[in-house]
Amino acid sequence: MDWTALRVSLWLGVGTIALLLPCGIWLGRLLAVREFPGKLLVEALVTVPLVLPPTVLGFYLLVTFGARSPLGQAFQAVMGQSLAFSFQGLLLASAIANIPFVVQPIQRGFEAIPTDVREAASCCGLTPWQRFVRIEVPLAWPGILTAAILTFAHTLGEFGVVLMVGGNLPGQTRTLSVAIYDRMNAFDDRSAGVMAATLLVIAVATLMLTTVLSRRVIPRRG
Amino acid sequence: MGSSVTTLRWRWLAVIALLVSFSSAVGAQRPATIAAAANLNFALMEVADRFTRDTGQRVELVFGASGTLTRQIQDGAPFEMFLAADEEFPNQLSAAGLTLDPGVVYAVGQLVIFAPRGSPLVVDARLDGLTRLLRAGGVSRFAIANPEVAPYGRAAEAVLRKRGLWESLRPHLVLGDSIAQAAQFATTGNAVGGLIAYSLALSPDFAQRGTYALVPAADHPPIRQRMVLLKRSGPVAERFYRYVQGTEARAILRRQGFAVPE
Repeated sequence: MDWTALRVSLWLGVGTIALLLPCGIWLGRLLAVREFPGKLLVEALVTVPLVLPPTVLGFYLLVTFGARSPLGQAFQAVMGQSLAFSFQGLLLASAIANIPFVVQPIQRGFEAIPTDVREAASCCGLTPWQRFVRIEVPLAWPGILTAAILTFAHTLGEFGVVLMVGGNLPGQTRTLSVAIYDRMNAFDDRSAGVMAATLLVIAVATLMLTTVLSRRVIPRRG
Repeated sequence: MGSSVTTLRWRWLAVIALLVSFSSAVGAQRPATIAAAANLNFALMEVADRFTRDTGQRVELVFGASGTLTRQIQDGAPFEMFLAADEEFPNQLSAAGLTLDPGVVYAVGQLVIFAPRGSPLVVDARLDGLTRLLRAGGVSRFAIANPEVAPYGRAAEAVLRKRGLWESLRPHLVLGDSIAQAAQFATTGNAVGGLIAYSLALSPDFAQRGTYALVPAADHPPIRQRMVLLKRSGPVAERFYRYVQGTEARAILRRQGFAVPE
């Protein structure tokens, strides 16, 4: 069992959630409550990582962030290390790959809030921010929670993008899913088996948790 | 309600603080990170263990196809040293100004034909068994490394061409990303066998999985394996670079299926 790889995987999952959730809540709510020109395009762009092969995403990310690209060179100059093949670069790639997993459940969550509830809140003299924090977020909470859990699960399972953009650097970009591949290529079936079983257990547990949480449509009051 | 908003805010702060502490932990001092061709999987691990015992310093080994690793180095992967399975890839990096020096040849690889237990393939140096099996229509799949990215794949292609088998065998070939993956394909039983690195066939996990025969070195261009120090190499990597050329490392490499230049 590669504990370092498990740690990288878990941190990548948590980091992706932390990075994406605030943007996801903003964008998901925007898509749920507003009509604006180009909304169709935005929705399509948000969903596109879901249907693209990971290699397409990996290729573009590497071309954009690699040491031979202007962006990659700028990052290298400022941070003293490359964005590709680093944990930070992997986090960014993971965030992009996970956009649909965050935005869609959150959008559904906000869409489920009846318009009159929002209007009633405004009539009671709540500012838009108060209305958002006290009324909308608690009501959309199941969607937000689902988004977080799906992102976490998907990040743990990501392989193609990680291998292309991250390489296989221990402690940095070698996630559990890459470590399985690595061990298999070293004929170390036992370690690969243990790690595969670990990911399987985590995946099943996560999905069970999602089902339980999404059934609880009416959120508890804090 | 107000207090729950505050707790929420604190929770976010905690998450951010955790992330910051983590990223610094990840960025902390690490042993030298070294990229190595997949055929070195076991031999170099033994060299690295010995190195750590002798010097107290550690190296972190990342294995992959030489072509893949070269691409990663060009794209900025933070390796300090690169042990390739050929000369072409390190030379490419030298030409691009990514290495400290032109490097040295540290080993010459050897190729074996391998058949997993229960396979109808009979292995021999001249690949007569493979020729017979192919004529009889008994070859389902045959594994080699991808000649585009793996030097051992190129050597395998040369051998098959020399024996006049390349064209007829082609539809049956499965290509591994690296020689390690090719070896993985060759052992799973989905292939009747494959052409793989001698160094992998000698590894303890592998030995019990089937039979192999050495392919004469004259049947393919020599697999001269060159290593180079990369631009960001530190003192540990430089020490390891010298260590690989030393007596202990050479003895290990020889025992693990490589010819070692004098």
